[in-house]
Amino acid sequence: MVSRREFLKGAGLAIGGMALGGGIVGTIAANMSSSKETPKGDHHVETTEYNKALMFFTPTEHAVIDAAAERIFPKDENGPGAKELLVSYFIDHQLAGAWGTGSKEYRQGPFYPGEPTQGYQGHLNKQQIFRLGIEALQNEAKKRFNQSFTSLEGSQQDEILQAFEKGEVEIKGVSSSYFFSLLRSATLEGVYADPLYGGNRNMEGWRMKKFPGHQMSFADIIDKDEFVVIEPQSLHSQHHS
Amino acid sequence: MAKELKKTDVVLVGMGWTGGILAAELSKKGYKVVGLERGKNQTLADFQMMHDELRFAHRFEMMQDLSTETVTFRNNLKMRALPMRQYGSFLLGNNVGGAGTHWNGQTFRFLPYDFEIYTKTVERYGKFKIPEEMTLQDWGITYDEFEKYYDQFEKAIGVSGDEAPLGAPRSNPFPTPPMKKTPALELFFEAAKKLNLHPYMMPSANLSENYTNPDNISRPACQYCGFCERFGCEYAAKADPLNTVIPVALNTGNFELRTHANVVEILHQDGKAVGVKYIDTITREEYIQPAEVVGITSYALNNVRLLLISKMGKPYDPNTGTGVVGKNYCYQTFGASAQGFFENKQFNLYAGAGALGACLDDFNGDNFDHSDLNFLHGANISITQTGRRPIANNATPPGTPSWGAEFKKQSIKYANSVLSVGAQGASLPYRHHYLDLDPTYKDAFGLPLLRITFDFEEQDRQLVAYLGEQTEKIMKEMGADIIQAGKTLGPYNIVPYQSTHNTGGAIMGSSPETSVLNNYLQMWDFENVFIPGASAFPHNSGYNPTDTVGALAYRAAEGIDLYLQKGGLLV
Repeated sequence: MVSRREFLKGAGLAIGGMALGGGIVGTIAANMSSSKETPKGDHHVETTEYNKALMFFTPTEHAVIDAAAERIFPKDENGPGAKELLVSYFIDHQLAGAWGTGSKEYRQGPFYPGEPTQGYQGHLNKQQIFRLGIEALQNEAKKRFNQSFTSLEGSQQDEILQAFEKGEVEIKGVSSSYFFSLLRSATLEGVYADPLYGGNRNMEGWRMKKFPGHQMSFADIIDKDEFVVIEPQSLHSQHHS
Repeated sequence: MAKELKKTDVVLVGMGWTGGILAAELSKKGYKVVGLERGKNQTLADFQMMHDELRFAHRFEMMQDLSTETVTFRNNLKMRALPMRQYGSFLLGNNVGGAGTHWNGQTFRFLPYDFEIYTKTVERYGKFKIPEEMTLQDWGITYDEFEKYYDQFEKAIGVSGDEAPLGAPRSNPFPTPPMKKTPALELFFEAAKKLNLHPYMMPSANLSENYTNPDNISRPACQYCGFCERFGCEYAAKADPLNTVIPVALNTGNFELRTHANVVEILHQDGKAVGVKYIDTITREEYIQPAEVVGITSYALNNVRLLLISKMGKPYDPNTGTGVVGKNYCYQTFGASAQGFFENKQFNLYAGAGALGACLDDFNGDNFDHSDLNFLHGANISITQTGRRPIANNATPPGTPSWGAEFKKQSIKYANSVLSVGAQGASLPYRHHYLDLDPTYKDAFGLPLLRITFDFEEQDRQLVAYLGEQTEKIMKEMGADIIQAGKTLGPYNIVPYQSTHNTGGAIMGSSPETSVLNNYLQMWDFENVFIPGASAFPHNSGYNPTDTVGALAYRAAEGIDLYLQKGGLLV
């Protein structure tokens, strides 16, 4: 395969007035081989996963989300579930930032409930919604089974999550179905986002779907009849500092 | 007090496709042009971390920050409009290049029927075919008169394609051949041919081969990396204003690009614009940029908002049907589709390009007889292979739960075994679909937000039911084992993403009574104001709008040049 730099050179690129070559630092070969990024064998060094710490959740809140995300995307014969993919850490880190505070959302009042066709109209941000949602999961576990959510059997947790999905559980300030939809989409994001965000551990989410992540080119295989499995790469491979 | 700057020939409000094209064409002719852009500058070098689905597709990194400005929406006049607090139905652009940087590159011409839709519909079916509330009107220009501007835009961006058997006729072949035909597209071609339909490769602004345009700008062929929509192209293979027209303008020495410049008002006196007022979003200082000509070249919605805020042209009144600014807001009617699950086939669906597709026009425009149908127009039917990124794509066969063990199993099983044929329905204007200023909600500068009043009609539901049948037939012929067909349409809902094809509100036409602009995109009421863009569409066709938006900008460039030479209304 050609490197990006060779590719651009070969294409004879010239864009009037633009320093096209200036910002392109990558010499990333589009990795079509099956070599893995992580070295294995005698020289393999165990690294500490510094990502496994909390920016937003309390440890108890984190445990509830960790358990709930695993029910949404459980471990099975295809591969790891949300827990092993570190999805709960992904959600924690996302909540700590702009997504959690809704800093790019329109947040001026007045607030009216609105019609379903008008979208989310609440004044609570995602940090607040997750806190309320987790509390409600715990309350529901206590009410139905007199235990904490994390101590329940999987099927009992599913029963509660289903009730949330249907909007059957009362939460002050937000519907339980809205909280559930946020939890579900955040879980899938944690499974499949680039590992730079702290989930999709070791790109195992991508491997299950045979998604190759960041690649420079598929020009060689785009019109091929056979399915081509390509070892994934993260954006880490693109970054040179 | 606002600081008044030195007068320029032309000031442009917004630096996306239309601003970029006007800047290039007019600065080449020697006019002094100032381009105002409220976002930041960006270049190809900034697009190196683009293959990040979360950041760009789900956190909307390239889009306008809604905390500073959004729109309000209601389905009908009786509802209270409420702000679009989060992204959903459509995505507003930001920064130099605008929405032109994050598009798929699907570059269709509208049909000759579109430009004379009222006349041709009445000719063929009689005037009672048009529902009473449908404010259908001709564009004030015919396709034949307009064709050369399509040709200009397509040569500037190097569109890749092959002849559309039932599409708009061309004076010249496509600048570059079609993109590569994948096994999935091949299935569509075979099935369509068996059904006696007329498939062709989708016209694409993602280059099929290296290309040098008439301005001597060279760009490389697409690498099929699968990151077009919502992402900038790090190769410059997908045409955008940054890699085509803006460098041309900058090279002339006659063009000045000013970023972080948010235009808040068009200033005018005695029926002529005198310039624009803008706020530097970094320092919050106010400036006045006087100009001989004002080009309003931001996104369709903001073009209309600026006219209303600046009190230019007569605002449209849905109760009386009089006035023009805000009239004929249209969108795009999606919903007709067939998703097919294949048990024993895997396709390389992670690979793709935004405009890598195959399509047909047998049920588009007036290419089929509507005598016994309860709708007008139709849709381009297509299959695309745009790159199935894993967060967004988790299709499962009907009946599968949306989470849990079974969901995981099925979504992984079919990740590379699901294809979709969809129909991009035309959106026709109604008397009560319009744009005006919201009475309650304001932007970060205290100016009223634009209010959208819009819903789907029986026309749209009938269109979706009919086109849904056609997509299902094609998918059956393609041999899918399980098919989920979409044939119904609920009310318009601003939550799910549909398309960033908002049109109308400052439409072109043949009379100041029924339109804001003449066919040079020149305002009837303000002869030195030109507004190319999708806001000028009197209705939206069954195709993506960008080719027509680009062509309108070339038409407007010609108009501005004429105006600067001789003045007055050009029509």
